[in-house]
Amino acid sequence: MKLSALQQSYLGRRSNSFRSSGPLDSSSDGAFKSPAAVFWLVLHGLSCLISLLLGFRFSRLVFLLLSTSSTYTSPFHSPTELAKTLDIRSVIPADPVGNVPLPFPNKTATNSRVVVGRHGIRIRPWPHPNPVEVMKAHRIIERVQTEQRLQFGVKDPRKIIVVTPTYVRTFHALHLTGVMHSLMLVPYDLVWIVVEAGGVSNETASLIAKSGLKTIHVGFNQRMPNSWEERHKLESKMRLRALRIIREKKLDGIVMFADDSNMHSMELFDEIQNVKWFGAVSVGILTHSVNTDEMAGRKKDEEENPRMPVQGPACNASDMLAGWHTFNTLPFAGKSAVYIDDRATVLPRKLEWSGFVLNTRLLWKDSSDKPKWIKDIDMLNGDIESPLGLVNDPSVVEPLGNCGRQVLLWWIRVEARADSKFPPRWIIDPPLEITVPSKRTPWRDAPPELPANEKPAMGIQDPIVKHSPKRASRSKH
Amino acid sequence: MRKWFWGFLFIAFGFVCSIAAERNPRTERISGSAGDVLEDDPVGRLKVYVYELPSKYNKKILQKDPRCLSHMFAAEIYMHRFLLSSPVRTLNPEEADWFYTPIYATCDLTPTGLPLPFKSPRMVRSAIQLISSSWPYWNRTEGADHFFVVPHDFGACFHYQEEKAIERGILPILQRATLVQTFGQRNHVCLNEGSITIPPYAPPQKMQARQIPLDTPRSIFVYFRGLFYDVNNDPEGGYYARGARAAVWENFKNNPLFDISTEHPTTYYEDMQRAIFCLCPLGWAPWSPRLVEAVVFGCIPVIIADDIVLPFADAIPWEEIGVFVAEEDVPKLDTILTSIPPEVILRKQRLLANPSMKRAMLFPQPALPGDAFHQILNGLARKLPHQKSIYLKPGEKILNWTAGPVGDLKPW
Repeated sequence: MKLSALQQSYLGRRSNSFRSSGPLDSSSDGAFKSPAAVFWLVLHGLSCLISLLLGFRFSRLVFLLLSTSSTYTSPFHSPTELAKTLDIRSVIPADPVGNVPLPFPNKTATNSRVVVGRHGIRIRPWPHPNPVEVMKAHRIIERVQTEQRLQFGVKDPRKIIVVTPTYVRTFHALHLTGVMHSLMLVPYDLVWIVVEAGGVSNETASLIAKSGLKTIHVGFNQRMPNSWEERHKLESKMRLRALRIIREKKLDGIVMFADDSNMHSMELFDEIQNVKWFGAVSVGILTHSVNTDEMAGRKKDEEENPRMPVQGPACNASDMLAGWHTFNTLPFAGKSAVYIDDRATVLPRKLEWSGFVLNTRLLWKDSSDKPKWIKDIDMLNGDIESPLGLVNDPSVVEPLGNCGRQVLLWWIRVEARADSKFPPRWIIDPPLEITVPSKRTPWRDAPPELPANEKPAMGIQDPIVKHSPKRASRSKH
Repeated sequence: MRKWFWGFLFIAFGFVCSIAAERNPRTERISGSAGDVLEDDPVGRLKVYVYELPSKYNKKILQKDPRCLSHMFAAEIYMHRFLLSSPVRTLNPEEADWFYTPIYATCDLTPTGLPLPFKSPRMVRSAIQLISSSWPYWNRTEGADHFFVVPHDFGACFHYQEEKAIERGILPILQRATLVQTFGQRNHVCLNEGSITIPPYAPPQKMQARQIPLDTPRSIFVYFRGLFYDVNNDPEGGYYARGARAAVWENFKNNPLFDISTEHPTTYYEDMQRAIFCLCPLGWAPWSPRLVEAVVFGCIPVIIADDIVLPFADAIPWEEIGVFVAEEDVPKLDTILTSIPPEVILRKQRLLANPSMKRAMLFPQPALPGDAFHQILNGLARKLPHQKSIYLKPGEKILNWTAGPVGDLKPW
């Protein structure tokens, strides 16, 4: 019976091990299959015979000899516990296993170390987190997440090339820092191409240098015009410039357009890895309306525009591209912003550049596997309004983000007044000459007010008044 | 001679190849002290005879309270159902290796759903009296080749309070039988040597239904939901969980790495899948369904229960899968957990990801290969063949049928 049981278990194990090596065989190259299979069969047959002769599982012995010992032995079992287990196992105490020291030799086998009853609640003197340990824990979490990404995330991630047109203005630092921080969190290789209208400036350069990302900073020789129409056109030209740079340098990866005032979610970068040639994602349009009464009145007949309009691909029931959701500009006719600092709503174009992603191979000059429907960027006559102008046949666009159902980024345009000025690089240097303490200081024993010999403060809440003639004060209304 | 040398090299190379082939980068093979036995098939290795008891011992009890099918003690019911239709069942008791008595001893529930064990000793006694009088197999060995499923708090001690349970000890007439129980603590009266420890029942469909995508990053470091103080039964504290849960709360309630609370959220299962470590401290008894949930959701269990014996301890190398923390080391829990090297953590996660590990903790209906039912049968099969000494000579009696508290001797 013993032998038959052995055979049974061996057959069971044999099917197991074939199961585990099966997928590997199928995944390996067909040409290499036969030698490995032959090795395995011969080896297995030999082990079977030896085990039959010996009467026990031969492979166990070999595994024992060849096995790698685990580097981490549990320090949690105190020697007393080990002693306990040894105690109950050795019925004859005359021959104990000598390799574990028994510090309490007079404890009998049935004496448990664990006592029932009331125990004290152990609280350490400083029950607060230790910062060094918190950092270690965060590193552990990072390592686990990297491993998860390796196993379950995108296989073979491609480099992402981000194109951002920008120019120096009041909100420039605000917007660019936002995009920069989003890009710093992306777990893939990144190249950031920043095209700046008005030429390369130190402000932008110092900002993007802080990111630690690989950047290509180019200047564009025109200054940014003051109307939205013109601005959109210039931005398109700047983006084409960036695409030409990609073509010259033969960068390989996925191009996405990150306008500096847009807000990107991290899932966007995971999703665009799925693009084959030309993809489109849904963009949420955040248009702000200044007049709330109008909005309330409009709500009743506002069935066409959803609460947050979305631009992007539209799919039919079988998840194929059927059309495009674009922004409905009719409700805003005549009321939209014309100049950059208008208080009226800023409207997006029909289809924003930021909703499209391209494979860089589409831009290369001589790429053998380039599809036929892509136009060469050097052959464009005039500018294109959106990347769809680059394709001959718009139906080849791949809808991403669950066929356009997921909104992965948001478009918004917020700019400051045209005459608003700000300190260069947002550094107040040299320091201010006169400071006037505010009347509402919390310190009761503050020295009495200095005789004020300055012009009256323009900012009402600001206790600090700028007086240097070089500095222009910010006018607030 | 040269040919033999080359032949040996050939075999050695093939051997190395086969070892490399077995290591899947995502999961790792689990081998406990009994070997790689999680995937063993018990069919053909043992035969079980199921006694036909009158339905007052099983079906009628279940009909009275169907909640018994979903609470954590439901293993006894599902084991009965599994055995009735399993290929290991034999209708011929002469060829059986093991005998099973289907008694649902943990199905007398309070209105809130907790089982009362007060009538269970009498019920078991009456069942054994029945089988010893109607079949000769009990008297042949005085129960040494019989097994019983007793999933209650302290197993066959049949009490929920530990002190009372220790006082009672294991029911005298079950002393020779093999007990399949959830309770396991070394050097404890209520754990007989040779008992098989099983996981508590956790509903497999509920857990399967709440799985989240595997690429959701694990961002919670330590997760725990449950009581820290049992104000109803232990108002002063220090008694419940031997003060260990209270120590966890007092030391780590301010620690942002520890997501611990008494509130049970609706996203409990999803949160466990987003956590790296899940605490499994003892409560009134050392075992809890948290271990099963942690294993199924891939969260490394941190077991805080001194001397606990975990389910299928001879088949599953719990030391390599979970983290054991002594109750006195609870104040240093954060130091202990953060000082584990990341490679070790990744290895534990790989072991947990092994599907055979998850299957071994569950009681699915219908039964699947490698699940907890099969592990129980594997455990029973590993105890075969029975030693000759268990068979009593005619007229020999070892068990004392009148031992135990007087209340137990009353008929049921």
